[in-house]
Amino acid sequence: MNLAWILLFLPLAVAAVCQLVLRKSAIVPLVSTASAVATLVISFLLLGKTGIHSFNWATIGDFNLQIGIQLDRLSTGMMIVVTGVGTLVHIFSLAYMKDDEGKARYFTGLSLFMFSMTGIVLANNFIMTFIFWELVGLSSYLLIGHWYQKDSAADAAKKAFLCNRVGDFGFMIGILMLWGITGTLAFSDMEVPAAVSTATLSAAVLCIFCGAIGKSAQLPLHVWLPDAMEGPTPVSALIHAATMVAAGVYMLFRVQLSLGTEVFEGLQASAIIAWTGGITALVAALMAIQQDDIKRVLAYSTLSQLGYMVMAVGLVAGEAGMFHLFTHAWFKALLFLGSGAVIHACHHEQDIWKMGGLLKKMPITGITFFLGFAALIAVPFTSGFFSKELILEAAHEKQPILFWIAAFVAVLTPFYMTRLFVVAFLGKAKSANADHAHEVSPLMFVPLVILAVLAVVGGYGFVNSFAPAAPGHAGEFHLNFLFWVSAIALVVGAGAGFILYAGKDKDPLSIPLLKNRFYIDGFYDNYIVRYFQDAFAAIVHFFDEFLINGLLVGGLSRGAASTGNLFRKLQSGQLQGYAFSFGLGVILVIYFTVFL
Amino acid sequence: MPSYLFWLFSTIMLIGGTAVIAFRNPVSSALSVVTCFVGLSGLFIGLSAFFVGVIQILVYTGAVMVLFLFIIMLLDLKDEQKRAKGLAPALAGFTLFIAFMVQLIGVLSRTPDKTAPPLDAATLTAAATAFPSGGKIAANLAEGRLPDVHLIGHTLFTQYNLPFQILGVLLLVATIGVVALSKRHAE
Amino acid sequence: MASLNDYLLVSGLLFAIGLAGVVLRRNIIVVFMCLELMLSAANLSLVAFSRFNTVNGLPDYNGQMLVFFVITVAAAEVAVGLAIIVALYRARQTIHTDELTSLKG
Repeated sequence: MNLAWILLFLPLAVAAVCQLVLRKSAIVPLVSTASAVATLVISFLLLGKTGIHSFNWATIGDFNLQIGIQLDRLSTGMMIVVTGVGTLVHIFSLAYMKDDEGKARYFTGLSLFMFSMTGIVLANNFIMTFIFWELVGLSSYLLIGHWYQKDSAADAAKKAFLCNRVGDFGFMIGILMLWGITGTLAFSDMEVPAAVSTATLSAAVLCIFCGAIGKSAQLPLHVWLPDAMEGPTPVSALIHAATMVAAGVYMLFRVQLSLGTEVFEGLQASAIIAWTGGITALVAALMAIQQDDIKRVLAYSTLSQLGYMVMAVGLVAGEAGMFHLFTHAWFKALLFLGSGAVIHACHHEQDIWKMGGLLKKMPITGITFFLGFAALIAVPFTSGFFSKELILEAAHEKQPILFWIAAFVAVLTPFYMTRLFVVAFLGKAKSANADHAHEVSPLMFVPLVILAVLAVVGGYGFVNSFAPAAPGHAGEFHLNFLFWVSAIALVVGAGAGFILYAGKDKDPLSIPLLKNRFYIDGFYDNYIVRYFQDAFAAIVHFFDEFLINGLLVGGLSRGAASTGNLFRKLQSGQLQGYAFSFGLGVILVIYFTVFL
Repeated sequence: MPSYLFWLFSTIMLIGGTAVIAFRNPVSSALSVVTCFVGLSGLFIGLSAFFVGVIQILVYTGAVMVLFLFIIMLLDLKDEQKRAKGLAPALAGFTLFIAFMVQLIGVLSRTPDKTAPPLDAATLTAAATAFPSGGKIAANLAEGRLPDVHLIGHTLFTQYNLPFQILGVLLLVATIGVVALSKRHAE
Repeated sequence: MASLNDYLLVSGLLFAIGLAGVVLRRNIIVVFMCLELMLSAANLSLVAFSRFNTVNGLPDYNGQMLVFFVITVAAAEVAVGLAIIVALYRARQTIHTDELTSLKG
């Protein structure tokens, strides 16, 4: 059990030491990376351990706030993902951020993130989850805004923070509702009384789902994730592809297990969750088709895959969702790190239409990127294939319409990923930067190779025993209806992508609706932000200035002051005035005592 | 006391009192107070309170009012040039006066009136038995005279001895206070 | 023979005159004199009560005792009050109540 506490607090200690003691020292990256490796080792040691260890943090009446660690397959498996990707990203960052001036700050932020993420994964109750939930939001904010000198980065960080806040507000309400319903905040003690109506419980679950919508960037709060690509690419790989955005799915699955799958299945909320996931998957995949920034394509594909996972949880096939989370973490981290290597090689060029021919110039990066790409588009016998099959299977069993939506997404995914790969890696170099690209250093490609191996084999039985959760038949291959559906989807999507984009210098397709991301961002900026923000600001201003300041605070003081002014008039300072009042008083006293 | 004397002294007293507030020169006011107090002591003496009447003249008219005049002279006060602003103060004073008098008449009309008990030789002789024989009080009373000073002294030094001593202390305190107040403080 | 109510009426008149003077006059010394008038009015009614309520055929000397005390206290009060007025005049160069309004709120 002590190991678990070390696992939790080691990154925090490292972050504190880095920030307070080492500051801008050159060894900060090494210290931070060493701690990441140590946490990975501890995570392996903890595999298979179970148990709950907690202590009281604060006691208010008969209400206990606990800080506790829950070890089970879910949390230990998730820790493997977090620390595994984390370690590789740390190592990759050593090379990627070598020349960055703020690299000490960067690595401190990474350690802080590792601490926060570990806290979410190991938490045994909702309050602790919520605290660390906010902490990952904070570290994500710090890392997205790493290049805060750029306005776009600062804005993206702010946007991410605000979107998350919107979701977290619902999350907090949901936590309180669940507390009210079950009387406990600990996951393991949660039991739903029979008297509680499903509508109430549904509302609570939906509020909690709001937190997941924010953190896992589901519709309609997805807008922050593509913008978050302003951060350094390894951060995108770690936080915005593999771990933090998966926290929403992880937490939803936790809730599902705590409440009991039967209870969860009976809720109207589960259908809403599933549909939100399915629609997000579809919409994000459509948007990805028309993006030119290599990281943005990957960001939308992340959205789409997260939609899959949320859909799986909503369909009460959480194991399938978590399994997809596990495989997705490896291959998406690989894709992001690969794109980081490409961007690094092309001197921070991110537009795929200015790349091209990179497979020849950087073969290791190209091949590993291809393997990740293959896993993402679910080429049979790669990890992504197995996990996506399980989600499709769950959808097929429970919600045919969602199944066909998911199948359509499975066509779109190969299409836009083929577009990306063909344009960026094949053909001729389309700019001088791409022409001068060369293979990256071993410090960068070694993590790529490791991730590529995992992306391919991650779905098989011996690896998926590390996974947070997996259905019993994970990694098995059957030639059934589902296989043919996904195989056809793959061939259609990839084939269409290849035919359409091979050898092209410009985008032959131009769909403004998709390019502009369904105008959702514009809508938010022009309507929600402008009108609602101003209206809201006016309301808040009204409350603050008029009601609170004007009436409550100012009103009391003004009331006292004006009463005082009124009585002040009586204090004329005229001696005779006082004497007159005194005489009148005497006369009144005589009147009351003698004549009444 | 015959009625006409009572009304005479009352009139002197009330005219004096009215003159106090009517005159604008403080010296005239002070002299009016003296007039008023002379009438008042006449009333005291008419009420057989000879000692109080004499004291009224000696202390008030002789000492207090001289002190007033002294201060008025010292400050070299001119006439009250400024008339009080508007009618308000006059109206206020008049209102109080009227209200007070209405109430007073109301009270007096409700209470049964009383005439003075006789204080002739017979009652005084009869009262002499309450005092130790051989003393001056008893001797005077037996002769049909009212030994006013002796009676006051008797009451003062027997029944009111402690308050009398305390009064002495009060006067001492007042003296010290006046000295402290009138001392010029070093700048 | 004047009755008790006659004395009380005269005494009340003098008191009311004093009260009106206190409210009316602006010169603080005159105000002070009016206060003396009011005290004397009270003395008159005390003496009248003393005479009209006999004890063992003699006037009630308790009332005259009170008059005696009132006169003494009034004398002390006058001494202190006049000293204050002098000090006030030194500080402000005036004893007109119109101009002494620093207690104004």
